[in-house]
Amino acid sequence: MDNKGVLVCGEIAEGKLAPITIELLGAGRKLANELGEELSALLMGSQAGGLGKEAIAYGADKVYVAEDSLLDNYNSDAYTQVAANLCSKVLPSIMLLGHTDAGCDLAPRLNGRLGGGLAMDCLALSVDSAKLLISTRPVFGGNAHASMVSKSARPQMATIRPKVVPPAERDDSRKGEVIPVEGKIDPSALKVKVVDRIKEEVEGVKLEDAEVVVSGGRGIGSAQNFEMLRELAGVLGGAVGATRPACDEGWAPMTLQIGQTGKVVSPKLYIAVALSGAIQHVAGCLGSKYIVAINKDKEATIFSVAHFGIVADYKEVLPALTAKFKELLAA
Amino acid sequence: MNIIVCVKQVLDPEIPPAKFKIDPEAKQVIPPPGVPPVISLFDERAVEAACRLKDKHGGTITVLSLGPGKAADVVKHAVAMGADEGYILQDAAFEDLDSFGIAYVLGKAIQKIGGYDLVLCGRQSADWGNSQVGSILAEILGIPVITLAGDIEAVDNKLKVKRILKDGYEVLEAPMPSLVTVSNEIGLPRLPAGVRIMLAARKQVPVWTAQDIGAEPAQLDRANAHTEVTGLSVPTRKTECEIVTGDTPGQAAENLASKLAELL
Repeated sequence: MDNKGVLVCGEIAEGKLAPITIELLGAGRKLANELGEELSALLMGSQAGGLGKEAIAYGADKVYVAEDSLLDNYNSDAYTQVAANLCSKVLPSIMLLGHTDAGCDLAPRLNGRLGGGLAMDCLALSVDSAKLLISTRPVFGGNAHASMVSKSARPQMATIRPKVVPPAERDDSRKGEVIPVEGKIDPSALKVKVVDRIKEEVEGVKLEDAEVVVSGGRGIGSAQNFEMLRELAGVLGGAVGATRPACDEGWAPMTLQIGQTGKVVSPKLYIAVALSGAIQHVAGCLGSKYIVAINKDKEATIFSVAHFGIVADYKEVLPALTAKFKELLAA
Repeated sequence: MNIIVCVKQVLDPEIPPAKFKIDPEAKQVIPPPGVPPVISLFDERAVEAACRLKDKHGGTITVLSLGPGKAADVVKHAVAMGADEGYILQDAAFEDLDSFGIAYVLGKAIQKIGGYDLVLCGRQSADWGNSQVGSILAEILGIPVITLAGDIEAVDNKLKVKRILKDGYEVLEAPMPSLVTVSNEIGLPRLPAGVRIMLAARKQVPVWTAQDIGAEPAQLDRANAHTEVTGLSVPTRKTECEIVTGDTPGQAAENLASKLAELL
């Protein structure tokens, strides 16, 4: 096998290295050190060149920059073309991407083109004695963890879930090389056109940043009843979340979906209201410091991951809980 | 509009974690007795997306499922929802394939069917969730791919797809044929009408083997697998839940608030 080294596919957000890029560089540096090989990074977009030095400070030995305004926003066809071309020149042994809007699309497609071996949504990465990448990822909705290996397919690819690996430490004295990616993007290969990109603004605290999350499930029963959760979240300066079934019913906007395929949150306090605790949902809140369950079914799975619980109809609990918190916080 | 939908039969993801058992040696999940497998959630949404397009523009929906004998059930479920035809891809050589192997087999079957405008897959399966078969399949078929669709429209012989992002969405336009992977944001699947359920029950679901679709043995050889599972474990979670009580639920709530206020 001629493939060597670790290549990180970075992301740029608002002109800076996105947090996931620094996490990928941290994970990539560790793997490269264990293998005794180089860590390189690919940055795409017209601002990529200016960020090369920063990627070096965060651990990259080489930074490939593809400066093209066609790459300023994620475009599946353009990103796949540039990344695939670079991979066929650099021949990395390992390639890391973020499990993000862009990475979730790019990684499987790139893998299809390169014929590598890909593990998605990884929680941990390591190398074994044969220098093979071992990727650990949740399967069966989070009920189990699987480790995956690619014996011969290259590159060995993984997407890493945001906020699970420690970010790289910055060291501005590090030396490295910034290399422009040659060649223009072939416009005839851009088959899918991005017509519009809409950011849905959420009122109040952002779910991912909230220190308190009040989350509702199927048991809430209606969109109107979610108002009670909003009141409690409001008093605590927190945000409202919901399970997939509650979002599917249209009781809460899809952007508030917490779980395996929604958002992953790790607040100080997670109040799970009238939700059974399906593993797919719990996968999105297990990192919370305290989980509180309010459910009338004492057998509900949510009690098995909660620190505190009340077994009662939430409608009889929430008003008193909101009022008491209001009183305590005013004191 | 002719649409092909790939569906997978999976262990019911709604089973309580206590019933979830694995065989760490075989790296397989042991299906709990008496719980029938179901159509994978996102694949059911893909069938729904196909039905909505057919309702509006006419055409046919063909469903493909790679899996054991019981896979006929998920194909019949899709037919009950509105699909016209369905095929099972079944062969000893198809067992334990990785994502590349599955995409290869689906690709061969899709090429055999031919004449399609759109291929739909779920965004990921509810079991192993490898989240890559659709994209690899698109590369094999040499057609554009859009992932994580929350809405699909056909306008002027083009596909207009809403792709779900963490903080919103983007609107993408693709030529036909293309492959689209569907997310749950597309909306709830329809409940099949009684007449269609009866129709589906009588539907013949042909089985295609490796030979029927012209699959090369070398492409199905496990020795050429791109990935393999080397370990499977159930993570241990031990949390002692303190049930907070009171004379009334309201009282319990007040006690809980006081406890939490001390901790935070």
